[in-house]
Amino acid sequence: MRELLDLLVSLAFYGTAYGTVLYFLAVGLSVTLGLMRFINLAHGVFAMAGGYLTVTLMSRAEVPFLPSVAVAVVAVTAFGMLLERTLCRRFYSAPILDQVLFSIALIFMSIAIARYIYGPLAQPIELPAWLSGRISIGIGVFPAYRVFLIAIGLLLAVAIWFGIERSRFGASVRAAVDNRQMAESVGINVNRVFTICFGLGTGLAALGGSLGADLLPIHPAYPNDFLVYFLIVVAVAGMGNIGGAFAVALGFGIVDTIVRYYLPDLGRILMFLLVMAVLFRKPHGFAPRVHA
Amino acid sequence: MTKTRVLDAAVVVALVLYPLLLPGYLDLGTRMIVMALFAMSLDLLVGYCGLVTLGHAAFFGVGAYSAGILAIRASADPLTGLLAGGVAAAILGLLAGTVLLRSRRLTLIMLTLATVLIVQETANRMNWLTGGADGLQGIDMDPVLGRFAFDLFGRVGYVYAAAVLALGFLVFRAVVDSNFGKSLVGIRENEPRMRAIGAPVDTRLRIAFVMSAALAGIAGALQAQVTEFVSLNAVSVEFSGEILIMLILGGAGRRYGAFLGAPLYVFMQDYLAKEDPANWYLWIGAMLMAIVLFAPGGLTKWIGALVGRATHASPLPGRS
Repeated sequence: MRELLDLLVSLAFYGTAYGTVLYFLAVGLSVTLGLMRFINLAHGVFAMAGGYLTVTLMSRAEVPFLPSVAVAVVAVTAFGMLLERTLCRRFYSAPILDQVLFSIALIFMSIAIARYIYGPLAQPIELPAWLSGRISIGIGVFPAYRVFLIAIGLLLAVAIWFGIERSRFGASVRAAVDNRQMAESVGINVNRVFTICFGLGTGLAALGGSLGADLLPIHPAYPNDFLVYFLIVVAVAGMGNIGGAFAVALGFGIVDTIVRYYLPDLGRILMFLLVMAVLFRKPHGFAPRVHA
Repeated sequence: MTKTRVLDAAVVVALVLYPLLLPGYLDLGTRMIVMALFAMSLDLLVGYCGLVTLGHAAFFGVGAYSAGILAIRASADPLTGLLAGGVAAAILGLLAGTVLLRSRRLTLIMLTLATVLIVQETANRMNWLTGGADGLQGIDMDPVLGRFAFDLFGRVGYVYAAAVLALGFLVFRAVVDSNFGKSLVGIRENEPRMRAIGAPVDTRLRIAFVMSAALAGIAGALQAQVTEFVSLNAVSVEFSGEILIMLILGGAGRRYGAFLGAPLYVFMQDYLAKEDPANWYLWIGAMLMAIVLFAPGGLTKWIGALVGRATHASPLPGRS
């Protein structure tokens, strides 16, 4: 009995750590999708870019872990804003097919560029000493790296909830989501809100890509391989349901870890069927409001 | 209408002329034909219904595996195999369509990805039946109609594939020209309005989905028969993306998109990818970006506009 409990606790812990990384990757996509109605399948490209930048800074320039992550996030955020200003903006009112094709083109090009620079193999990340051991928290002894991920994830979820629900900027974001014309007529610069949100989304992806590099290895096919997972989080949570994305990401991470442990052969298939069943019951996900 | 009739005839002429002009490249031509048939099946969904899918290879792959396994275990008759591939894919299409078509936009795209990943994982796990990662080997087809045996030079393969494509095109043409096809375009352009005037939107989309799946399955079966091999790549996300690119290159919802896009893509792939597969991805990415930014509607629209400007006539019918 005691052993089973220990096993369940550790499965739940590993699932939570995995779900947290998924949350980093998905939350930015949820923002761009809910706010701009822009289906950016290339979101993983920014996570991969963040991961590669971090790994490169650490191995070539011998910058410590956290400063590397910070530089990577800032650089990718700036790049994301530039891309939004120059290219993405053209696609906000375009048919969904054009948005999908544009993002597929980005994915293909980034895969080719990553493979050209770094080769086909995954880039290992060398965690600092303070993250590579095991530490004891109330319910058991766990790898420090995963404890750190979960802690950052919780902080981030609270910060995002606060930023969207309580800050002035968050109010203008919600206003622009609900009614763009009305928001503009009360003096909100919606274009600027869009650029900042897109930058935030890409920055969060970069944070997930670089912090999670030991869990989801950085390799050229990264934007393709993990695409379906962060789409699942966004679709099940529902469009623009940013708070729900956290719960869904953690839930998916935990259930996926448990299913894979007990049924390693059928795990993937069962998870996809489960997601289908949920969306069959609730085609719009768990969003509190249904967007057309 | 006369213009489409001339262009329909041009498709047939191209199919006949290819082996006469390039007799040494019949395998390449056969691959172009299979891809054109597959892209045409996708056009029904993407071009005419306005549904974006990244999982169409699920139906191609199920058709390919069904025809291949049938040939190894029971009957190696090509036409029976085509039928089996089409029926198997149609059944999967009916099941998947029931679940998928409740959603739209991002959720639909995610579910199509999940569908192709489920099929791929299943094919991978059932390696006693499908050969798993090694691919399905040992397919040996009987002669077509009991008379024309597949030869080393791929002559019979080419003619057989061309005949299937021509028949497929007749069906496709009949569907998109019918009132049913016109109502699909109506759903693409404005779904709420079609519902408001009482059109059975869900039923029509489901029928179109099953038709598209069946056609994709026939294309898959054809591929399994002429190459006598099925790999896991036939049910991959990458292949689903590639077939979408082929269609877009030609132009979706414009009747001849598949006939222009698929051969061009296969030709470029054959020419460029041999040199350096890594750069090949860069090329298709750049090409796709160029099409989305500068030639939306694909080559058929672009050529149509050029021809229209030259003759001062209206451009090709279809999506404007």
